[in-house]
Amino acid sequence: MENTLFTKFLIRNPSVLIFLGLLAMFTILVVVLAEGFGIGIISTSFVKTLGKTMCLCIVAIAMDLVWGYCGILSLGHFAFFALGGYMIGMWLMFARTKLIVLEAAQNIALPLTNTEISEAVGIQIFGVVGGAEIPFIWALADNFWLQVSMVVIIPGMLALIFGWLAFRSRVNGVYLSILTQAMTLALALYLFQNDSGLRGNNGLSGLQNLPGMDDISQAYISIWFFIASAFALGIIYLLSYLFVSSKLGNIIRGIRDHEARIRFLGYDVESYKLFVFTLTAVIAAAAGALYYPQAGIINPAELAPIASIYLAVWVAIGGRGRLYGAVIGAAFVSLLSSYLTGGQAPDINLGFTVLKWTEWWLVFLGFSFVAVTLYAPKGIGGMIDLFSSKEGK
Amino acid sequence: MIRLLFSFLLVLSVLTAPQRAIASSEFIEILNKNVALIQKSSSKTVAPVLAEIQSYGTRIAADFLKDWKNKELFFIKESSRIIRVDSTGKNEDGKKIVTISDAVTNEKLGTRLSKDVKQIKPNSGVRAKIASALVPVLLASENIQDRQEGLDTLSRDIKSSHLEPLKNAIAAERNEDLKTRMEQAYIYASITHGENEDEIENAIFSLRDNLSLEARAALNPLLSSRVEVGKQTDNSVNIARIIIPDVTVKNADGSAGRRHFLSSEKPELTLLSAYQMLVDAGYAKPLITPHMRDESLTSHIIDGRVGEFEVVELNTKEARDMAYTFLASEKNLPALISAQTIELAVAGHVFYAVYDNPSKRITNAASEVLSVINGKVLIFKLLDLALDGLSLASIYFLAAIGLAITFGVMRVINMAHGEFIMMGAYTGYVIQLLIPSYTVSILLAIPAAFCVTFFAGVLLERVVIRHLYKRPLETLLATFGISIALQQIAKNIFGTQARPLTSPSWLDGAFVVNDVLAISNIRIAIFVLGLLFLGLLLYVMTRTRFGLETRAVTQNPAMAASMGINPERINMLTFGFGSGIAGIAGVAIGLFSKVTSELGSDYIVQSFMTVVVGGVGNIWGTLAGAAMIGSLQKGIEWFNPSNTLAAQTYMIIFIILFIQFKPRGIFALKGRAAED
Amino acid sequence: MKNIIVASAIMCSVASQAFADIKVGILHSLSGSMAISETTLKDTMLMLIEEQNAKGGLLGEKLVPVVVDPASDWPLFAEKARELLTVSDVDVMFGCWTSVSRKSVLPVIEELNGLLFYPVQYEGEESSKNVFYTGAAPNQQAIPATDYFLDELGVEKFALLGTDYVYPRTTNKILEQYLKDKGISESDIFVNYTPFAHSDWSKIVADVVALGADGKKVGVISTINGDANVGFYKELAAAGVSADDIPVVAFSVGEEELSGLDTTNLVGHLAAWNYFQSAESDLNEEFIASFKAKMGDERVTNDPMEAHYIGFNMWVQAVEKAGTTDVDAVRESMYGLTAPNLTGGVAEMLPNHHLSKPVLIGEIQADGQFDIISQTEEVPGDAWTDFLPESAVLMSDWKDIGCGMYNTETSTCIQMKSIY
Repeated sequence: MENTLFTKFLIRNPSVLIFLGLLAMFTILVVVLAEGFGIGIISTSFVKTLGKTMCLCIVAIAMDLVWGYCGILSLGHFAFFALGGYMIGMWLMFARTKLIVLEAAQNIALPLTNTEISEAVGIQIFGVVGGAEIPFIWALADNFWLQVSMVVIIPGMLALIFGWLAFRSRVNGVYLSILTQAMTLALALYLFQNDSGLRGNNGLSGLQNLPGMDDISQAYISIWFFIASAFALGIIYLLSYLFVSSKLGNIIRGIRDHEARIRFLGYDVESYKLFVFTLTAVIAAAAGALYYPQAGIINPAELAPIASIYLAVWVAIGGRGRLYGAVIGAAFVSLLSSYLTGGQAPDINLGFTVLKWTEWWLVFLGFSFVAVTLYAPKGIGGMIDLFSSKEGK
Repeated sequence: MIRLLFSFLLVLSVLTAPQRAIASSEFIEILNKNVALIQKSSSKTVAPVLAEIQSYGTRIAADFLKDWKNKELFFIKESSRIIRVDSTGKNEDGKKIVTISDAVTNEKLGTRLSKDVKQIKPNSGVRAKIASALVPVLLASENIQDRQEGLDTLSRDIKSSHLEPLKNAIAAERNEDLKTRMEQAYIYASITHGENEDEIENAIFSLRDNLSLEARAALNPLLSSRVEVGKQTDNSVNIARIIIPDVTVKNADGSAGRRHFLSSEKPELTLLSAYQMLVDAGYAKPLITPHMRDESLTSHIIDGRVGEFEVVELNTKEARDMAYTFLASEKNLPALISAQTIELAVAGHVFYAVYDNPSKRITNAASEVLSVINGKVLIFKLLDLALDGLSLASIYFLAAIGLAITFGVMRVINMAHGEFIMMGAYTGYVIQLLIPSYTVSILLAIPAAFCVTFFAGVLLERVVIRHLYKRPLETLLATFGISIALQQIAKNIFGTQARPLTSPSWLDGAFVVNDVLAISNIRIAIFVLGLLFLGLLLYVMTRTRFGLETRAVTQNPAMAASMGINPERINMLTFGFGSGIAGIAGVAIGLFSKVTSELGSDYIVQSFMTVVVGGVGNIWGTLAGAAMIGSLQKGIEWFNPSNTLAAQTYMIIFIILFIQFKPRGIFALKGRAAED
Repeated sequence: MKNIIVASAIMCSVASQAFADIKVGILHSLSGSMAISETTLKDTMLMLIEEQNAKGGLLGEKLVPVVVDPASDWPLFAEKARELLTVSDVDVMFGCWTSVSRKSVLPVIEELNGLLFYPVQYEGEESSKNVFYTGAAPNQQAIPATDYFLDELGVEKFALLGTDYVYPRTTNKILEQYLKDKGISESDIFVNYTPFAHSDWSKIVADVVALGADGKKVGVISTINGDANVGFYKELAAAGVSADDIPVVAFSVGEEELSGLDTTNLVGHLAAWNYFQSAESDLNEEFIASFKAKMGDERVTNDPMEAHYIGFNMWVQAVEKAGTTDVDAVRESMYGLTAPNLTGGVAEMLPNHHLSKPVLIGEIQADGQFDIISQTEEVPGDAWTDFLPESAVLMSDWKDIGCGMYNTETSTCIQMKSIY
């Protein structure tokens, strides 16, 4: 029964099918060509880049839901993304360090007491930043399931409390944007402190080394994460599509287009907004939890306010109010960014001066963003809409 | 060495001034003896050399010391002869050469390759010691600058040997200011080095109203104390306070106090360190540390067991303690010492602090005067904090005031506002590159920064913002794009390194009330600039036609247009005006810190917060917002001095909460204008 | 999107084929906030490689530099290091500046058995099999500078001011313990951390000045990083504090940092390094001359550049000795190698992957150069500090024991890889 409903849904919405199909094909292609399993044309570092890009696409979908569909321009969603990364990073560091400590202890005559274990782990993790004790926020880091649940709970709670405070006092529009930016800044400043308990500026590193899997090459691990990211992207895309096509989705869009009207229709606008805000924060956090083990390191610079602005830029360039727009924007701009700032892109000789991409890319991005806002508010996705007859809104 | 002597003899024989030669031959001998210690001096070894030179007296010794201190002495590497370098140049081969003369006799010694001579570089510790040795000479000098220099040296470090020359100098001094300073220095010196108790006590009481650092530096050492332990207190010594381990804290005036609720003060003596004192004094048995316990256990492991205990089970503290207790009784090892034993042992003894100064009269006087002084210091510290807050507030106000126009009045979200501040600062930097005089360049930089950012603002308004008046969120995004691009352009042009914007010398230094309360002139200037801006803005907005038209256009563009106002023109000019003011703020902020491409983004969030907290659309609101945020941040720093980042975090959280209660800011607009 | 990927994939595969030259990876940020410091190191490396090639290369082959830009982005350091090792197949890497960038690269090079020369003074507490630390460990900079304060200047009260990140935190933790061991009481040590690029120094300077209230000589040990120094010295001068009143010794202020500054406020304050441009030696003169000839007359040389100079020369020697660029062979032949340093002595590579180098203390002069007023004998770099109880029991010896984190008390190797 459910199965047939789902099939019907896919037939009615071919774009989802196309998206999922393309995603699956792409994933298989990469896996086959990758260093770890297949032919070896694609290097491990590029597999990692692709896997990370998938995660960025997920957080872009979250951004699109909250901004493109609900009209809340949040400049704080990358903070949730990074928080998710921190949460999973705590488990990865703790578990790996504990294994090392226990292994080293095998040569010692007396078995370690729990205090000794936690002291040794504390010195290993925090000795680097001039500390020794394990802060209380690491209390659950020993337990995989509890800590993984924190990936959802901590950013979710933060979004819930912040959102409740903000929506309750009817902060909206640009004020909300500025307030979310302030929240991101506050969080980043807090994490920059060494005393925050998350190793300050250094952040958590060595996250690519999964505990107990030191023998497995990163070439394989990168593919696992790539597949997991692709899978997560597919699921999130599908669920988001279901969400925006539902009645709930209509209300959300209504709030975006005319908040007061929806309120007068008897809907509790604040609750809907809060729901979308929190839900998307959780999606962002989950994406972060997949992203940072691939990046290998997370530190507070990741959640600087500018990161969240770039997120808005991706979605705007890709075309907001369209899920595929967000995906295209995130993938296109972030890959192009890393290509052009990586130093491999050929410089352009203008005769009187040499235009270096590393120096001018951001200028170009900034101005093209202005141009998109002014002249093509629908972004790249809007252009695709022009070609497909069905979906033009 | 023989060659050295020989060369000296040679020098002596050719000297033109026989008197000087005779006088200096003895001195040269002293130098000769100590030549190694002079060439490679260290504070640890220089004292006897100085004493010897000093005891020689005369002008020659003083001149030598001055040259030595000012790093003007060199020596010839092969002969170790101490010389002076008169000039440098290059010989025909292009090698560097120096013209030299003897350091003592001034005899010309021709030229040498500069490779062959080496500068004598006393470190600042040695220089301080030389300066101290020079004090008697300087104080007795005819030259007032010399006497001042001598006195400055005394204010850093005064020795008992300085008392006599200082007394003589006071008697001879004609300059009133200098005389008062000398007398003050004499009081400090007599507290530290005086012999007579009455004199010391009088000197102490004369400092009652003195908040200077020197006064406190003279008094505090009198109250230095050491902690002792005994069965009961020893009444023959000058007891400062009785210490209860884990409970009492040390007060600044030497007495013992209780810890305040919520205070982070640590007790003077912890229970464990108190017990350790008992052990050291032989009153108690040493502790068995976990480490010692584990070592004993390890050394007694036989076949995986310690006595009756399986080793694998010794993975808790309790199990190890128990195993050790058994082991101790069996093998006659020292027993573990329980927490209870420690407490009992500590409770059975008295811990007390004893003043190093044996005289009760002096310590009492010092304690009394210090507590008076410390009370006053606290008041001035609070005043200083208020000034700091005010200064920070004026910086925030400056950064935000342009926004008060573009955002507050026009309701345009300009995220590139910070970059206008940066542009202003870089304009100042460029002008300083072109015009060497700091005063002129700063006076020029202010209008120039206004012009540059005014036109940048007008351009931005015409090209981008004009199209987006109906779409505020889009304005926010587009100006973000501008902000990213401008920042990167600045990086490309000026590099990522901070560029200096140097203030003219009349803005250097500080306005000093006393050693506690002071504020740098540049901060005062920023404060004044903030006030000027406030006045200017209020005037422009409320008293001029332009202000009237601006308000009219913002409130109802259509109506304004029908009254003959050109809204497009007014919008353009208003935006340019706000941007121009941001540019001037940039010059001020650059002067106070430094110019980087990220200068603007450091202030943008705070600036928006300032305007939002104060109340959009009200210049007084921006002022109130800046005052609140600035003083709040300083207040938080006061409570948590070692962490400025935390202060910023808490401040932002506070603002987020504040907006809950006053969503429209401190000065909320009422009526129609309040609607979005 | 697909096109780009395919294009990149093809590019990657092209890059991984070809050539027999010896490849030297250079992993320094050329853009972003660290570019200002790191670009000069890239230039230095290119110069050294060029000079070596002019001498006929190495093992009869040409040295080819592979320059990448990690853009001051810490995760990107790991990514670029992986690219260098797997795609470009470099034989050795010279790179990183900040500790966090090194920590980011560590797991990658340890996994792929790469070789990195790290040229910057750092906080110690690390000794990776795959890294040679040519900058100073704390005992080669911080401890001698503190001794200088204690012995020469007679400082009795210490203000440890630093930027809030790992290097100042660890260094200050070590110094605090060291000072306590030297009999300085805890109440005479004032510690304060400020954020990067901090500008509001008035209160902190006032606090430092107020430390003098009990009549003890105050000294500041500054691990303040980069731009924040400008405001700090400005405020110090505004408060009328001279180097004679309260001396400041800085560990992160060198020639390069001073070159953009108005140094009038800084004259007389101190810095501790293993190298100053003003060091008097023929090698140094030569080095400065060839650097200036290549980079321009206004450019200055500094300590990390000397570190690369020593590191590169040692690596060249080691490759010649081993007859191959194989990482393990080169590593084995590094131990005990000596190379002249630019200050007139000889640096030796120790089995703990650190160098023995002299410690210099210089006074800042008005022209932005340092007047060297103290120079010690060569001090062997210590990976694990002796002044913290938990580190004192640790040692590193990759030559005989083959472990970078060896507990001498329990005689066990705690781990073969590093703490990340």
